[in-house]
Amino acid sequence: MISPTTEEMVTITLNGKEVEVPTGINAVEAAALHGQEVPHYCYHPKLSVAGNCRMCLVEMGTPMRDRSTGEAIFEEDGSPKIGWVPKPVIGCATNVSPGMHLRTESDLVSECREGIMEFLLVNHPLDCPICDQAGECRLQEFATDYGRGYSRYIERKNVKPKRTRLGPRVTLDDERCILCSRCIRFSQEVAKDDVLGFVDRGSFSTLTCFPGKELANNYSLNTVDICPVGALTSTDFRFKMRVWFLKETKSICTESSAGCNTIVSSREGVIQRITPRRNDLVNDTWMTDSGRDLYKSVRSESRILRPSVNGNDLPLKDVVSSAVDCLRGEKIGFVVSCHSSLEEQMLAKRLVSLTNAQTFICGHFGDDDGILLSADRSPNLRGALVTGLIDQYPNDNLADLNDAISKGNIETVFVFDEDLILSGVSKENLQKVSMVYLGTHSNNSSRLADVVLPGLSVFEKNGSFVNRSFIAQAFEMSVPGPAGIKSQVEVLTDIISKLSEEEGISSDLDEVWDIFNSHNQSVLAGTKFSNLKKVSVPIDGSSWSHLNFVEKTALNYHPIESEPK
Amino acid sequence: MAKTVVLERKPLSLSERTYLPQIVTGLKTTFTNMFKPKVTLQYPEEKPFIPKNYRGVPTLVKDPNGREKCVSCQLCEFVCPPKAIRITPGSVPDDQEDREHVEKAPQEFEINMLRCIYCGYCQEVCPEEAIFLQEQYSSSGYTREEMINNKQKLYELGGTLPDHHYKWDKKKEAELDGNAH
Repeated sequence: MISPTTEEMVTITLNGKEVEVPTGINAVEAAALHGQEVPHYCYHPKLSVAGNCRMCLVEMGTPMRDRSTGEAIFEEDGSPKIGWVPKPVIGCATNVSPGMHLRTESDLVSECREGIMEFLLVNHPLDCPICDQAGECRLQEFATDYGRGYSRYIERKNVKPKRTRLGPRVTLDDERCILCSRCIRFSQEVAKDDVLGFVDRGSFSTLTCFPGKELANNYSLNTVDICPVGALTSTDFRFKMRVWFLKETKSICTESSAGCNTIVSSREGVIQRITPRRNDLVNDTWMTDSGRDLYKSVRSESRILRPSVNGNDLPLKDVVSSAVDCLRGEKIGFVVSCHSSLEEQMLAKRLVSLTNAQTFICGHFGDDDGILLSADRSPNLRGALVTGLIDQYPNDNLADLNDAISKGNIETVFVFDEDLILSGVSKENLQKVSMVYLGTHSNNSSRLADVVLPGLSVFEKNGSFVNRSFIAQAFEMSVPGPAGIKSQVEVLTDIISKLSEEEGISSDLDEVWDIFNSHNQSVLAGTKFSNLKKVSVPIDGSSWSHLNFVEKTALNYHPIESEPK
Repeated sequence: MAKTVVLERKPLSLSERTYLPQIVTGLKTTFTNMFKPKVTLQYPEEKPFIPKNYRGVPTLVKDPNGREKCVSCQLCEFVCPPKAIRITPGSVPDDQEDREHVEKAPQEFEINMLRCIYCGYCQEVCPEEAIFLQEQYSSSGYTREEMINNKQKLYELGGTLPDHHYKWDKKKEAELDGNAH
């Protein structure tokens, strides 16, 4: 893997211009830092260097020195004489060194690229009209930018299997494969599930799964993302939508506290796929397969589409008034959620202090896979800590709420997106209390709620989460929500302004941050939503280091106890 | 300021006062045209001559082997200026003998003729030569829904056109010829 080893910089000469680049990076990255594209297929910044596609050939040289004396040799005009390597070298496996000269734009280099492109296209089926990669295909892009522009090949092309099943989610089109081996290296190095390999020789070379194995790990779809051509295709997305129709928005995966950065692609308000977005602090360029399926819940049948009171659909205004009436009483309990965004938690905190309520929270835990699926299966548990909504690490149940209701200490509950029955509150107890439910999907306990307020899913609203490494990250609205549904932030501001009889509380996310920061001393001071939208912000989590976080060491994450390597 | 000059109108002559020369001139035109060949077309009983390359209603065509040529690449949908085309892509199962090497075909293909502006971009952009604006020029209906041509209607309108490529057959030949890997 190529990463700067130190902060140190070296000076190299790139196309005749002296530039500074960090030590330890290769020629491809060095050129990219200074706006020069070196085309490549097999090189991937987060995988080991294989150097088998030969697309990144560049010319390399160093200043010449006299062999006997070691003194620098100069040209007649006084400039140092450069000893160019007689043949081009591959940029991906050439690390920068002080005084190195690189040419990425010479005649030799462009001839090399034309030649490589011609060989790659010899047996390429050119079925771009039906290829899912078309539009984001390196082969298309580089053929346009660096190819010859016409074909000299008149022989018959090879015919290979077009729909080999490699695993439950990945289909291989053999004809399109250019044998870059990115998928193989990914399986070995990142997914740690060594199932892929090449068999046979020459034009018979084929990517295949080892006998008796299949590409079934939870990271298999990353091979589809890193495939520079359309050889590996997602069985779910195959032939579903051409990529040029897709509108891409930045989002955060809500599957676990890893907080993978994602791109949500939608067309006309319908989400078509979710792909990872590069963030070297969080998820590199990967995400889980299970996280890519989460968009399917947006259109699920259990979605709450209308606000209601005691089962009667009413206008949102009236339902909010009923919710406010419920909250005017005594003995109120708030079941807050670690699925809520930071902004919702900020408003929830304000609501809790307005109503003198008790707070309950339920954690959601599973197995840690040591990569990007952490044991904490909620995106924003640390958000509840940093907003001060909770001060203890949550249990995986709500037994204390159940006890409080049994003892009669709680008579009204306000629930955010949580299934109380599933978390250990008995049905009898729930029927005793009056319940306000604010959430996206209905569940067994929300059906018992007196007041039901619908909310928007993470794909339909703006907001931010704090991930397992205490990095605050923003997500943006990808698709519009169902007609007439307001975001949770708007509903909560409505409730707060009615309850406190204060007019003109803004539901703008930045103002929610401003108001929170002016009332609370927290590590979130000095930042707001619009900053997070630009770049994710690491926040100081040291005050919570005494808590027993369930996450284990994983990709880009070290528990606070263990020393970072 | 412009100066206004009042002119005296000349009195009409005798022939002008009778109007006869004017009536005769008019009738001359009438009688000349009465004996010329007719130019009026009795539409809809008579149909006009449609020149080659006329841009009529867009249609989908099949190749002479009866296979649908469209592979639902959605380029026409992309290029269509009034957004009249709507395609639902679908895949072709690989056990169909007459459609070997065909992988993708439209599940549904709709052209809204109330939106279509007959620009012919769809025909121009089609990489498979599957959509053609043919000589059909009149489409009418009683409802808006009737004016949306679905896949079946488009193939009925399009019929079969000669193919110059037979790309799937060529692929099969290559496979049988020892290029199968």
